[in-house]
Amino acid sequence: MSGANERIGESQVEAPVAAGKQAGASQDAIARLMHRRGEESKWWWVVPALYIVFLMLPIYWLINMSFKTNTEIVSTLTLYPHEPTLRNYRIIFTDAAWYSGYINSITYVLINTVISIAVALPAAYAFSRYRFLGDKHLFFWLLTNRMAPPAVFALPFFQLYSAFGLIDTHIAVALAHCLFNVPLAVWILEGFMSGVPKEIDETAYIDGYSFPRFFVKIFMPMIASGIGVAAFFCFMFSWVELLIARTLTTTDAKPIAAVMTRTVSASGMDWGLLAAAGVLTLIPGALVIWFVRNYIAKGFALGRV
Amino acid sequence: MERTWNNKAWFLVLPVLVLVAFSAVIPLMTVVNYSVQDTFGNNQFFWAGTEWFEELLASDRFWQAMGRNMAFSFIILAIEVPLGIFIALNMPKKGWGVPVCLVLMALPLLIPWNVVGTIWQVFGRNDIGLLGYTVNALGFDYNYVQDPFDAWVTVIVMDVWHWTSLVVLLCYAGLVSIPDAFYQAAKIDGASRWSVFRYIQLPKMQRVLLIAVLLRFMDSFMIYTEPFVVTGGGPGNSTTFLSIDLVKMALGQFDLGPAAAMSLVYFLIILLLSWVFYTVMTNYDAER
Repeated sequence: MSGANERIGESQVEAPVAAGKQAGASQDAIARLMHRRGEESKWWWVVPALYIVFLMLPIYWLINMSFKTNTEIVSTLTLYPHEPTLRNYRIIFTDAAWYSGYINSITYVLINTVISIAVALPAAYAFSRYRFLGDKHLFFWLLTNRMAPPAVFALPFFQLYSAFGLIDTHIAVALAHCLFNVPLAVWILEGFMSGVPKEIDETAYIDGYSFPRFFVKIFMPMIASGIGVAAFFCFMFSWVELLIARTLTTTDAKPIAAVMTRTVSASGMDWGLLAAAGVLTLIPGALVIWFVRNYIAKGFALGRV
Repeated sequence: MERTWNNKAWFLVLPVLVLVAFSAVIPLMTVVNYSVQDTFGNNQFFWAGTEWFEELLASDRFWQAMGRNMAFSFIILAIEVPLGIFIALNMPKKGWGVPVCLVLMALPLLIPWNVVGTIWQVFGRNDIGLLGYTVNALGFDYNYVQDPFDAWVTVIVMDVWHWTSLVVLLCYAGLVSIPDAFYQAAKIDGASRWSVFRYIQLPKMQRVLLIAVLLRFMDSFMIYTEPFVVTGGGPGNSTTFLSIDLVKMALGQFDLGPAAAMSLVYFLIILLLSWVFYTVMTNYDAER
């Protein structure tokens, strides 16, 4: 006990002394440091720029390929298309088997995002505001579903959805993707909700708001960025998943990622077409990130700040 | 935050429970069911007890795939987490750079996984890929189709390319949420760059970092599509991860019993490791 007191005493005495000693010598260094952190120096862009170049190179290569003819792709290595062609894109936009793949993917991803957020909102509220029987276990159990490898579930899912006659429907894929998106949405939303002071709820109840009205009118606008971020993650993980989506569909709800395997034919690989299809899968994701960029830029710590 | 004891909160959790029970518990029961039975076709099943589990735990193939998975998860976590934090620390906090960085960096995250595989499969090829061609032109003998080491490098670089941005985005969001007052206080105390990071930025990033680390661990341990597209598990078995083996067994050969037993063991291991991560990181939170 006395030891602890001594230590506290020491550090209290020492800190100002040390700070004073350093102040003269390293004041400039600290100022420079602060400048770098706050205002950004001339070279702030180097690290992000290098990273972005690393990220963009493979994507550029894909875009580059999508505008080439197959002869050019396989014969020589060219840094840009020498004979640019739109043939690959034309095929995708005119063949229903191709473009319906995009529509299918977007349909089930949107259904999944809506379902995931809708059920996760009340659950996240319960976890952030109340203690109840088995809450901690339940929370971890939910997370465990995020940990289930899709490879494990592919076959049982197929049998389950066959039993309900849901194979090859958008809703089947949307429900199956809830397996990993709902736990994640609950987790993220819970973090955002914990950052909202509880007094807000109490004040609203005193003012005569009912729970649903309070939740929709007051609480949801306060965690709007949380909903945005959670929706972004749901969209992302559903959009990129292939194994389950492919297992549960045959033709009517087949995702674009599965349609892409069509490019392998007897005459060899249609690289250009494959690249064009790949480029088009980037667009929905890019749009979604464009909509949520402000929520991320605003920052969130997921919890009490 | 002080939370009140109220068992009615169960009603709020009920929808999630019903949904997840439908999409997780029922399929899991099917898996358990298969794991203890044998079949000779015609939908006739026989009780097999723990036979599949014993066979699995005794097989080298399983432990090798497990070892590969462990090594892979460890390597990519060791690269992506520090790198992600480093990039997040160096990102602009305001101005036109913010949306540009966010949108471009998030792009790889939103590419369907088999497209990611395709991109790297092409990019790494010696004949038509920029990376493979350049590396070979520089005098390195690089061929991911034949050399196991090159295949590993390709798969790891691909994963770093694909997922570091997740760590960056989450850490960046955590960093931006730190009020300026914290930095000003640190400035007055004459804190070094390192102590600002260690005592202000890292603790504030902790929750988002927990999500990032857990997500990266789980997803890297479950990785299937990307290495499957790039290397198909080869050369030899050098990049055959557990899920590749599992899909081969369950959907390829229809060995339902062994596949189900493997699923369960696989799942339990992820569960155990994630639980360790989760408890360690949240206990640390509680102590502070």
